[in-house]
Amino acid sequence: MQYLLMIYQNEVEYAKNDAATNQKMLEEYGAFTQSIIQSGNFKAADRLRPTATATTVRVRDGKTLTTDGPFAETREQLGGYYLIEAKDLDAALAIAARIPSARIGSIEVRPIWVYD
Amino acid sequence: MTPTEIEKIFRDEAGRALATLIRLVGDFDLAEDALQEAVAVALERWPDGGLPSNPRAWLVNVGRNKAIDRVRRNAAFRGKQHELVHELLLNASAPCETADSVVGDDMLRLIFTCCHPSFAAEVQVALTLRTVCGLTTAQVARAFLVGEDAMAQRLLRAKQKIRLAGIPYEVPERETLAPRLHGVLAVIYLVFTEGYVATSGGDLMRPDLAREAIRLARLLDALMPARGEIKGLLALMLLHDSRRAGRETAGGDIVLLEEQDRTLWDRGQISEGLQLVEEALRMPGRPQSYAVQAAIAALHARASSFEDTDWPQIAGLYEVLLRISPSPVIELNHAAAVSMVDGPARALDLVNALEARGGLKGYELLPAVRADLLRRLGRNDAAREAYRAATAATQLEPLRRFYARRIAELDRGADGPSPSLPATNAKRLPKGA
Repeated sequence: MQYLLMIYQNEVEYAKNDAATNQKMLEEYGAFTQSIIQSGNFKAADRLRPTATATTVRVRDGKTLTTDGPFAETREQLGGYYLIEAKDLDAALAIAARIPSARIGSIEVRPIWVYD
Repeated sequence: MTPTEIEKIFRDEAGRALATLIRLVGDFDLAEDALQEAVAVALERWPDGGLPSNPRAWLVNVGRNKAIDRVRRNAAFRGKQHELVHELLLNASAPCETADSVVGDDMLRLIFTCCHPSFAAEVQVALTLRTVCGLTTAQVARAFLVGEDAMAQRLLRAKQKIRLAGIPYEVPERETLAPRLHGVLAVIYLVFTEGYVATSGGDLMRPDLAREAIRLARLLDALMPARGEIKGLLALMLLHDSRRAGRETAGGDIVLLEEQDRTLWDRGQISEGLQLVEEALRMPGRPQSYAVQAAIAALHARASSFEDTDWPQIAGLYEVLLRISPSPVIELNHAAAVSMVDGPARALDLVNALEARGGLKGYELLPAVRADLLRRLGRNDAAREAYRAATAATQLEPLRRFYARRIAELDRGADGPSPSLPATNAKRLPKGA
């Protein structure tokens, strides 16, 4: 099965990190990504720019409404994702728990909707 | 074969048959429907044709064929008949479980799936009551004090999540087993309490569920022999269950602890239980809740009579329990024990204080305990009222008959009140409150 692992964390707090902490985090992410590429679980992954760069679009009555910022103001923001292949939910949860940000933020694990 | 006998076989075998069918067909709903069809066929054939030598294997076999028919029919519409049926046949040709394999036990699989940490605690319990204990959706709804439609929705969503989110149908690997043990033990105990005092219906007990819970705890104990909480729970259940033959009359009426013929208690089960309590309490680390509860049950089992019971020590052990795992139900049981040491007046103060804090709202045994204390205090009008409230709060016929008996005694003005309590000690709030 395929799962999307969505990485949520408080980007304001994260922005306060010093360069050394950021560097260490990047290395940990690199090692984690390599390990799930090697185990064959990796499908795709990306890091997102902070929500200050977000724009939200809605179409109502044929009119496009554009607003500054994310859809909802929350304590933790979506900061990136991994798309993985895993045998079952337990395997996906075990991989999610190894994402470095799981220690500071939270990872939402959602199965991919498959049309057959 | 009478319909009642057949009904009893279904009750005994349906849980394990369903657990195996889910493994074979890989889908909760499909397995439930298939088992229902198999039961319908059995109802037609067994009365005249006689009972098959292994009813469970028969139900699994017929159910599996029904499931294959169903998938064939559905697949024909979608034009994918070949691969799907092939896949199902491959799965379904796997042999039935053997009795003593541990990780291969289908009932354990079912419990670990229902107790998956990706479900909220309430959902775990509801799923288990429905699938493992075979309660109807209406009965589960009553246990949670919600409407039947709402519960049906909740169960449907949970079963969908199992399928769509890929929750595995297996006992987890050794390293992930430990953190999930706590939830599973809680649910096994819940299965037991449903067997010890049923939620509703004509029978006080469901011995099939009690036996099944004990069997599952034994399997876990064999899998993880160094865990005090497993030994404690197993001991607790064995000791409670040892009194089974003494707890009801031939007519199905409740026999209270002080009226029980203690020679009917199962001595083999008691000595096994006592041995396990010792082992559980000797394990390193803090004492576990189940082990302490088992120690209380052990004091009852050891006492030669109700009067000779070591009530001060029982009250003391409830105080230990209140420190390590406080809950309103433990508080209520503590109050009942205190009534035997310091008298019913002090116990009633404790119950009133507990009620004032709103801790046991909707707990059906609260009015029963209150009624008993009021009766013993000679406050007959208040006692009568409390027994009426207790009657309205339960769906279980033998409990209703017991309360009616008490009300009749109060009406007759029978005195010489006996210090009696309904057997509350194993029954817990379904919500884990």
